[in-house]
Amino acid sequence: MFKLLLCTRYLRTRFIALASVISVMLGVATMIVVNSVMAGFSTEMRFRLHGLLSDVLVETFSLDGEWDPEKWMTVLKETAGDDIEAMSPTVEVFGLIHFKYGGNWITQNVSIVGIDPVSKAKVGALPEHLENYKPVKDDDGNIVRAPLYAATIPPSWDLHPTYLEERRERINRSRAFDPVDEPATSSTEDDSDAAIKEFAQEGGEQESTDPTAPHKARVYIGFQLVTMPYVDKETGKTRQLTMAGPGDDIKISTVTAGRPPQPCHFYATVVDTFKSGMSEYDSHLVFCNIEELQRMRGMIDPDSGERAFTRIQIKLREGADPDTVVEKLKAALPAGKFHVSTWEKKQGPLLAAVEVEAAILNVLLFLIVAVAGFGILAIFYMIVVEKTRDIGILKSLGASSRGVMTIFLSYGVSLGIVGSGVGVIAGLLFVRYINQIEGGLTWLTGRKVFDETIYYFPSIPTKTYPMMVFWVALGAVTIAVLASVLPARRAAGLHPVRALRHE
Amino acid sequence: MSETIKMPQTHLASLAVAKSYSKGEHKIPVLRGVDFHVRRGEFVSIIGQSGSGKSTLLHLLGLLDSPDVGEVQLYGHRIDDLPARSRDELRNRVFGFIFQFYHLLPELSVLENVLIPVMIRHSLWDFWKHRKAFREQAKELLNKVGLGHRLTHRPSELSGGEMQRAAIARALMGNPEVLLADEPTGNLDAETGAEIMELLSSLNAQNELTIIMVTHDEAIAQLAHRIVRLAEGRLEAWGEAA
Repeated sequence: MFKLLLCTRYLRTRFIALASVISVMLGVATMIVVNSVMAGFSTEMRFRLHGLLSDVLVETFSLDGEWDPEKWMTVLKETAGDDIEAMSPTVEVFGLIHFKYGGNWITQNVSIVGIDPVSKAKVGALPEHLENYKPVKDDDGNIVRAPLYAATIPPSWDLHPTYLEERRERINRSRAFDPVDEPATSSTEDDSDAAIKEFAQEGGEQESTDPTAPHKARVYIGFQLVTMPYVDKETGKTRQLTMAGPGDDIKISTVTAGRPPQPCHFYATVVDTFKSGMSEYDSHLVFCNIEELQRMRGMIDPDSGERAFTRIQIKLREGADPDTVVEKLKAALPAGKFHVSTWEKKQGPLLAAVEVEAAILNVLLFLIVAVAGFGILAIFYMIVVEKTRDIGILKSLGASSRGVMTIFLSYGVSLGIVGSGVGVIAGLLFVRYINQIEGGLTWLTGRKVFDETIYYFPSIPTKTYPMMVFWVALGAVTIAVLASVLPARRAAGLHPVRALRHE
Repeated sequence: MSETIKMPQTHLASLAVAKSYSKGEHKIPVLRGVDFHVRRGEFVSIIGQSGSGKSTLLHLLGLLDSPDVGEVQLYGHRIDDLPARSRDELRNRVFGFIFQFYHLLPELSVLENVLIPVMIRHSLWDFWKHRKAFREQAKELLNKVGLGHRLTHRPSELSGGEMQRAAIARALMGNPEVLLADEPTGNLDAETGAEIMELLSSLNAQNELTIIMVTHDEAIAQLAHRIVRLAEGRLEAWGEAA
C-alpha cells in the first residue's frame, strides 16, 4: 500500500517528473503520427500502383513479343479459369515522345503501352484516371466543367467532339496565319517529319484528306509528361502549365520488333491525359491504341494478320490467391517464354523501398523515445538522491529493499503509462486533424507545408493501425520501466543509517 | 513473532558488540565491545558525548545496522544475523523509532505518516479491508499525542514539537515492544522537550513499553529508570536515574 501511496504522491508533487511524461508523450505522439502518415502514404501508393496494374502479369521476355494472344489467353483460362475474371493483352515498349511548345521541341523518355481500352478497363482502373471522366474545378473547388463522359461510358480512342472542334479551329487558324507551324502532315515538315511521313507511308498509314482529322494512332498521355508546375506570382499558389493536351499531336519514336530493331516514328493524337496519382506512372506512361502500336512496330503478320503481344494483364476474381495463380500459370506456360508475377512482385523494389524507409524512420524515432528514457533515468536518479532520507525512513519503519525498489519501478511504469496514454491521445488527435494543422502551419508560415502538386495527394493521407499504436505505447512504457531500473536498484541498495544521515 | 518466544527478563541486549566505520583506508572504531541489556518495560537513557557511539548502539539494537563483532539479542535470541527480510519485519513489528529530526515523509499528511508502518506491514488488499480500523487507530494515537486537529496537515505545516509528536504516534502505530528514541528532544526547546519526555514517560508507564533513549542532555536522561553512559565506544557506567 505504501508503495502505491508514495508512487502516486511523488507523481503529483514532483513536477520534474512532468518533464519525463512530456518526453515520453512527445516520443509516442511523434511515432504514431509518422507511422500513420507513412502507412497512409504506403496504402495510397499501393492502391494507386495496383490501380493501373492488374493482379497478375504474364510478360514475354522479348520485346518482339509473342504471337497470337488469343491462343495464350485460352491456355491461361484453361489453367486458372476459375480464378480469372478478365484478361487484356498489351504491348509495352520504351520510346520517346516529342511535342512542340513555345517554339521548342520537348522530348520525353516514356514507356508506351498499347492497350485496348475496353478490355484494359476490365483488368484495372483506367477511366477513373482519365481527365475526361473527371470534373474540372477552380481554386475554390467549384466545378467549372462537368465530366465529359459519364463513368458508365467505356473508354475509347475517340477524340471528344469538344476537342475535335478546338483542334480544327486551331489548325485552320494556324494554316491561315502561320503556314510554318502547320500540323504534322503538312508539306513544311522538317527532316524528322519527312522521315516520319516516309515511314508512315511505308507502314501503310493513309493520309487523311482532312488535314485537321486526328491521326490513326491515339494516346492517353501521362499528366506529368505534358504539364509543368509553376508558382502563380499573384496568388502564390502552385499551378500547372499545360504544354499539350487532348486534340494535340505528338510524335512518338520507338523501335520495331525483329532483329535488329529499327527506329520507327509516328504521329499520334492525344485523346486524353491520365492522372493516376503515381508520379512513376504519370511521368512515364503513354497509352496508345494497341492496333496502331502493333502496326508501327511490325507486330502484325502480313500473311496471317496474326498480332503479337508483350504482356497479358489478368484480373483475378474476388478471393483468389494471386501467388497460387502465379504458380499454376508458371507450371502451365512453356519455360523461357514468359515471366509471370503478381503486381506486388512487379513493383517489389518500390514497395520494399517504402517499407525500408518506414523501418528506418521507426528506428530513428524509437531512438528519440530512448533519449526520453535516458531523460527519465537522469530525473529518477535525481529524485532518488533527493528522496534518500525518505528511503532511510521507510527502511527504518520496516520497508524491505524490494518494497523501496517497487516504489520507483511503479513510478517508472506510471510515468510510462501516463506519458504513453497522453502521447497516444495527442498522436491520434494530430493524425485526425493533420490537414487542418497543416493548413494552420501554412497560414502561419506563409509557406505551403504539404504541397499536393509535389506529393500528388489532395491531402495528407493517414492510416492508423491499432496494433501499431499498441506496440508504440508498450515500447514507451518498457523504456520508461527500463530507465527506472537503475535508480530503483540504487534506492533499494541504500543503507538505512547512511540514508537517514543524508543531507 | 513475539508471542512464540518465552519471555526472559532481558528484553533486548547487545553482547560485546563492536562497530567501526571506514574512512578511506582508515577504520574508525565507534563501539569497542559493548554489553548492554534492557529489561521489558524499562526506560533506559544512553548518554555520552558526541561521537561516543550512542546513536550507533541504538541503530545496532534496532537492526538498522549490523555489528562487526558481537550479537544483538531479543529475548535471548540472536537477531542481528537474521535474513534481511526477517530483520525488516522485526523493525516493523518489534521496534519503533523516534529521531532527532522527526523524519516524517514530507509528501504525506500527518495521518498518512502515522499509517505508514501498517501500510508496510499489510498487503494492499489487507490494508484496504481494514482501512477504517487502521485510520481510527491512527486518529486515536494522534489524539493521544495532541494532534487530533492536525490530521490532514503536512509536516511542513507543523511545529518541531508537533512533528515529534507525529513521529511518536507513527512509532506507536505498529504496536512496538521497544521504542528507540535518538535525541528525541535534541531539536526542541526546553518546554516542548519536557512535554515530549512526559509523553514518553507516560507511554512507558501505561503501556509497559521498553524505551531506549539516546541523549546528550543529562537532565532529560534523568527522566529514565536507568542511565547508561558511553565514552569512546565503551560502556562506562550504569546507574539508576536520580
